[in-house]
Amino acid sequence: MKVGKVVGTVVSTVNIPLLDEHRLLLCDIQDVDGDVAGHTICIDVVDAGVGDAVLILDEGSSARQILGLDAGAIRAVIVGVIDELVVDGELRDVG
Amino acid sequence: MQLARVIGSVVATEKVEGLAGVRFLMIQPLDKNQEPVGRTVVAADAVHMAGPGELVYFVSSREAAEALPVRFVPVDHAITGIVDEVHLVAGS
Repeated sequence: MKVGKVVGTVVSTVNIPLLDEHRLLLCDIQDVDGDVAGHTICIDVVDAGVGDAVLILDEGSSARQILGLDAGAIRAVIVGVIDELVVDGELRDVG
Repeated sequence: MQLARVIGSVVATEKVEGLAGVRFLMIQPLDKNQEPVGRTVVAADAVHMAGPGELVYFVSSREAAEALPVRFVPVDHAITGIVDEVHLVAGS
């Protein structure tokens, strides 16, 4: 899993049927220093909001398991909202 | 999934079995500010409606084939939606 931050939302009406039921959130992926190391568009199953630090799962089989699917073009899912992050004994600002 | 811009199309008559009827488009991956990032790739169009110039999002790796009618096909990028709007928080 990866640490990220929700920075926006993506709206689409034309998409694969599976995505009709899900909100898409645009997330920064952060490296160990807290710097932005790319972005990903995620499905949200924990009601995360813009500005939240989040835990991002980026693996298809696990993503399908969470959503209870046997098949589906799904990879990135927000699986948690981070309250506290400590790296090398140092508390990181996740706000 | 990542954002991308459709920049062209690819036509191939002779294809691996299972890819009949699948459209292929050239896409340029974008960062969150919609600036090009990385190399262009060929993606299968799983929404059947994407066209040149459009802002889309795509899924990579094994999951790309999951977006297509035949699930076990050699496809590693697939367009899974056409973007209407991106709301990006200012300053991020």
